[in-house]
Amino acid sequence: MIEMIDVWKTYPNGTHALRGITVRIKKGEFVYVVGPSGAGKSTFIKLMYREERPTKGQIFVNGINLEALRERRIPYLRRNIGVVFQDFKLLPKLTVHENVAFAMEVVEAPSKQIRQRVKEVLELVKLSHKADVYPDELSGGEQQRVAIARALVNRPSVLLADEPTGNLDPETSWGIMHLLEEINNRGTTVVMATHNREIVNTMRKRVIAIENGEIVRDEQRGEYGYET
Amino acid sequence: MKLRTFRRHLREGVKNIGRNGWMTFASVSAVAVTLFLLGVFLILAMNVNHFMAHVESQVEIKVYLTPDAKPEQVKAVETALRNQSGIKSVVYVSKDQGMEELKKRLGDKAELLEGLEKQNPLQDRFDVKTYDPHQTPQVAEKIRQIPHVDEVQYGKGWVEKFFDFTRMVRNVGLVFIVGLAFTAMFLISNTIKITIFARRREIEIMKLVGATNWFIRWPFFIEGMLLGFLGALLPIAVLWVGYHALLDMVRQDLSLFFLDLLPVTPLMAQVSLLLVVIGMLIGMWGSLISMRRFLKV
Ligand SMILES: Nc1ncnc2c1ncn2[C@@H]1O[C@H](COP(=O)(O)OP(=O)(O)OP(=O)(O)O)[C@@H](O)[C@H]1O
Ligand SMILES: [Mg+2]
Repeated sequence: MIEMIDVWKTYPNGTHALRGITVRIKKGEFVYVVGPSGAGKSTFIKLMYREERPTKGQIFVNGINLEALRERRIPYLRRNIGVVFQDFKLLPKLTVHENVAFAMEVVEAPSKQIRQRVKEVLELVKLSHKADVYPDELSGGEQQRVAIARALVNRPSVLLADEPTGNLDPETSWGIMHLLEEINNRGTTVVMATHNREIVNTMRKRVIAIENGEIVRDEQRGEYGYET
Repeated sequence: MKLRTFRRHLREGVKNIGRNGWMTFASVSAVAVTLFLLGVFLILAMNVNHFMAHVESQVEIKVYLTPDAKPEQVKAVETALRNQSGIKSVVYVSKDQGMEELKKRLGDKAELLEGLEKQNPLQDRFDVKTYDPHQTPQVAEKIRQIPHVDEVQYGKGWVEKFFDFTRMVRNVGLVFIVGLAFTAMFLISNTIKITIFARRREIEIMKLVGATNWFIRWPFFIEGMLLGFLGALLPIAVLWVGYHALLDMVRQDLSLFFLDLLPVTPLMAQVSLLLVVIGMLIGMWGSLISMRRFLKV
């Protein structure tokens, strides 16, 4: 469960990215976060795994109060949250396989299990044939799928995805969406920021619309609601 | 930490040495140059110390007994000396032995002593050495209190000045060694800082996928240790060969006979060990402090 109570975020340069966000996302929910560019969607997501800290307000993830969380405990919070970053954040000197395996090495999984599970998720994102390739030899969409594979590999209880279909063609996008839906069906909470109108309007889920740092709409089985 | 995690860190640390080619070269060079300087100074300092310790060990206390002391009283003095703390050796020199010594010392002028033999004016004495030559004045003062001790001689005045001098030389040496070690640390940690700065993105990503600080630190730690180790090898080889050559030169050149240099072993073994340990410690420490600010993600 994710809960935010009157959360404000002002970046050091004075930009007010979020203004008084109060929201509750239950375990197992699937949520789209929509809104114009610069509205604060990425900031909203970054607060959940403590990449950014709120200027004001309280955030709870899986019952943990992030403000009270000690520095040393942050890695353990993040291990329960899979994140697909908007800019992928792949390690350039590691192959696709190594990049995904890395997230499991961090939690000290046995190497046999790592090999097995990495193979599995690479098949899931249809990248088995690129396992030994380096990120800069991949297309944008392929890099995105590596990022998704890495976010999934540890079977997190929460999956945060910042525009996971941003660079994909419609067919691959739907592949990814069905993947996310399946993961969601297995009980993982999914929060996904997106600009993809077709997906939001077709695969109906809860929609939270953010504009100018405020939640302006929050509907079950909502619509995208913006012109693209 | 699990064993396989440690093996991973080890593998990563070694791999990084290769991956960061010229950065590795820069760090190793910085370590090598500073450790070489430190090594030269260490060898110099240890030889000076050896020389001073040799001179210091020559310092002894001559304890003259009153001429009327009876054999059992002489015995009592000896017991008292042996019970005195801080005393390494006590050697009895009777006045006859003293005369023999004197004759030997005078060599062909020994006839000057003719006629004195029957009426030996010398006194029986004990030659006493202390464990710590620097304690000589204090020990001598205590010995003076023993009954039947007539006089105590140890080169008063001269000895104190000499010891002041050696103490100063040692302190200056120590300051130099510490100073050099710090310079080495600064140079090395700076180089490592550059290599780490080049990989700050990597560190950020590791943190975002849930790596603990120590999980990230270990490979860098091992890398730093290896850099220090590699950087120590070259100066050790050069110093070893160089010191060998120096000893050969001194041995062949008779005008340098007074230079009583330490033999290659164990001196070079000690210096090598010290350089390796210092190199590795500095490498690890350099990695640790240079990483600090990149771990705050
Ligand atoms: N690190 C930062 N420092 C300063 N300002 C920032 C930072 N990150 C984001 N901002 C600002 O905060 C506001 C919200 O940014 P955010 O990235 O959350 O938007 P977004 O909704 O994700 O946009 P997009 O759809 O383009 O990804 C923007 O005005 C942005 O310029
Ligand atoms: Mg964004």
